[in-house]
Amino acid sequence: MKQATQPAAFCIDVARIDPPAVSRKHLGVLAAMLLVCIPLLTAASETPPSPAISPPAAAAPPDDGQWTMPAKNYASTRYSELAEINEANVKNLQVAFTFSTGVNKGQEAAPLVIGNTMYIVTPFPNIVYALDLSKPGAPIKWKYEPNPEPAAQGVACCDVVNRGAAFADGRIFFNTLDGHTIALDANSGQPIWNAHIGNINIGETITMAPLVVKGKVLVGNSGGEMGVRGWVKALDAGDGHVVWTAYNTGPDKDVLIGPDFKPHYDMDKGKDLGVTTWPPEAWKIGGGNMWGWISYDPDLNLIFHGTGNPGPWNPDLRPGDNKWTSGIFARNPDTGAAKWFYQWTPHDLHDYDGINEQVLLDMNWQGKPRKVLVRPERNGYLYVLDRTTGEVLSAKPYGPVNSSKGVDLKTGRLIENPDKLTGTGKVVRDICPTASGLKDWQPSAFSPKTGLLYIPHNNLCMDEEGVEVNYIAGTPYVGMNVRMIPGPGGNRGAFTAWDIAAEKPAWSLKENFPVWSGAVVTAGDVVFYGTMEGWFKAVSAKTGDLLWQFKTSSGIIGQPITYRGPDGRQYVAVLSGVGGWAGAIVSGDLDPRDATAALGFVNAMKDLKNATTAGGTLYVFRLP
Amino acid sequence: MRPIAAMLLLAILALAACQREERDTRPQSALGSGEQPTPVTTLEPGGQRPSPTDNKAASFEANAFHLSEGKRLFGWFNCSGCHANGGGGMGPALMDEKWIYGSSMESIHATIRDGRPNGMPSFRDKIPDDQIWELAAFVRSLSGNAPSSAAPSRNDDMMAHPSENRMPDAATLGKSP
Repeated sequence: MKQATQPAAFCIDVARIDPPAVSRKHLGVLAAMLLVCIPLLTAASETPPSPAISPPAAAAPPDDGQWTMPAKNYASTRYSELAEINEANVKNLQVAFTFSTGVNKGQEAAPLVIGNTMYIVTPFPNIVYALDLSKPGAPIKWKYEPNPEPAAQGVACCDVVNRGAAFADGRIFFNTLDGHTIALDANSGQPIWNAHIGNINIGETITMAPLVVKGKVLVGNSGGEMGVRGWVKALDAGDGHVVWTAYNTGPDKDVLIGPDFKPHYDMDKGKDLGVTTWPPEAWKIGGGNMWGWISYDPDLNLIFHGTGNPGPWNPDLRPGDNKWTSGIFARNPDTGAAKWFYQWTPHDLHDYDGINEQVLLDMNWQGKPRKVLVRPERNGYLYVLDRTTGEVLSAKPYGPVNSSKGVDLKTGRLIENPDKLTGTGKVVRDICPTASGLKDWQPSAFSPKTGLLYIPHNNLCMDEEGVEVNYIAGTPYVGMNVRMIPGPGGNRGAFTAWDIAAEKPAWSLKENFPVWSGAVVTAGDVVFYGTMEGWFKAVSAKTGDLLWQFKTSSGIIGQPITYRGPDGRQYVAVLSGVGGWAGAIVSGDLDPRDATAALGFVNAMKDLKNATTAGGTLYVFRLP
Repeated sequence: MRPIAAMLLLAILALAACQREERDTRPQSALGSGEQPTPVTTLEPGGQRPSPTDNKAASFEANAFHLSEGKRLFGWFNCSGCHANGGGGMGPALMDEKWIYGSSMESIHATIRDGRPNGMPSFRDKIPDDQIWELAAFVRSLSGNAPSSAAPSRNDDMMAHPSENRMPDAATLGKSP
């Protein structure tokens, strides 16, 4: 299963050194190193002594055992300092309780835990449950049904998912598929405000989890397959009014590009590039949606968010770089003003949305301390950016990529492969990665103990054929037939531990289906993730060795979390319930005889109906 | 005389074989308005009553020209964006044997014209009525509900084998050659 194993912590290196080969002089050093190691190994819950790579303290405060936002903290590490469950005892994990969400669609959300209560948002119809963790079996404390417009299901591109809620100041904030952001009283479940910010009649939906920063609820729209113009809005956490709106296409004033905007590369400099890099008016229906993850650096006072694919997928209809799609913005959270931008994929040809998670870290890069942002991107590259400027420090493929030939670090530009250019009436075969990317939305986790980024991802390739397409508001605007196939090796998914400093994988596990779940890593050196067959797995953070697995009722595409319960014990929770784009064949009952079904994903998932069925169940585990 | 008679007979037979299917490129818009109410269920208290039929349904259903036009419009009006080439995506699959809102021409016509509550948009006043009938005929053909001599085949540029609706019988469905 493993491709390569490399020691993750120097402690292990020391243990492997053959004593006779070490001189007396070095033994002293060795002993000193062991002294450093032993406390690390025995008291893993203590803070390790200043690791080489770590998130900025302001964005990743000490763990309080709660889980208040899907990414765990503003740095988006999904790392827990809890260590009761560790490599040695994880094999004893048992089910503590389960809960049916009552919705058999793709469960992509992360549960939240605040105090004695767990909060869950379901896929459409976006029911919010509060479960009382202080009572046996975690009974329902309250339930809130927002009753979204059922018609919204018809404009949601890839199943009717929801990626979770966020907690701040005694309130639960979440989005509904039909374009509402709602604030609930976390104690009572009573609605405090309800802001209608998306319009399904132009194909707009909201699937992302909001992020609350400095009293503002940050939300973006989905609809990159419907010709929806992408935006990010900041809503006042107090009353829900829109404080600022930043569009991701169009004139500079709409994009909130002003005097503070200092992009690092020449390709992103110029006036109104969000208009001039498009055919006339095409930016109005050009996508660039923000349906993924936002990170926040309190020290720099910057938020970081990606932008989705340009629309339509058929690139012949939009010559130009199509700013500001398939890129990343750094913005001031108070005003929305853009600070810098970098475009992962200029003039995207393959639906390479740029909305994945960004993990904020401080590390030494080639001898100098740098504030970096790490992004496993959909186009197949693991980017390390300087988050103060947007400069690319590293961009290495973390899986098979042939749609491009690398990133030019001088100009910052992706080097396209001329053999894989798509267009109208042309079938281009074996493009890797697929439209769903080497990795889609499914978020990775970072452990400061190992310095590794744990990436759940896909291993798929595709054929593409550009076709004519008409823009009709509220209907798909894609213009591409796609047919996906398993990538090199035949395994459709992989779980890769990436050594950020060494710019290469430490180890990688093969999975039969795409790994469409998130990951979480703990101070107990255990990484959790789920598979689309329904296995919930715990592997060693150092070696990737499988330590424990449990078969849940349906495929897992949710985000696992871990928390300290009211009894002081460590728990691990995950939602099981297959769906999403990868699992639409099951949750939407699609027909695998059509290779182009679900924008081509069905062809790669023909056998998923034999491996799992739709579901929607919360599983919570703990040690006996 | 005999050879002449035989030739005449052959000529008549040959000419008869040339009779083309009627291509009603400009159907009378007055004929069939598509406004009849179409029940979406077969459960009718007091016993099932005959469903109203639209006289356009039959004239469009097995007509190769209308089916082929339906296929073209299926792409042009972005039906394929949601339903792909029959396998579905954002919308349900159309090539399987499951019908949520009824399989009759009248039901499919009503679904396209009026929409359905769980996401199917209403194309009333967006697509001319006759073209809705053409789309309905094509949608029915996707699951093999049209004579294979009239039904258009799927484009084969993404898939090497013929479309399932042109395959000989249901036993081969789902099994790629």
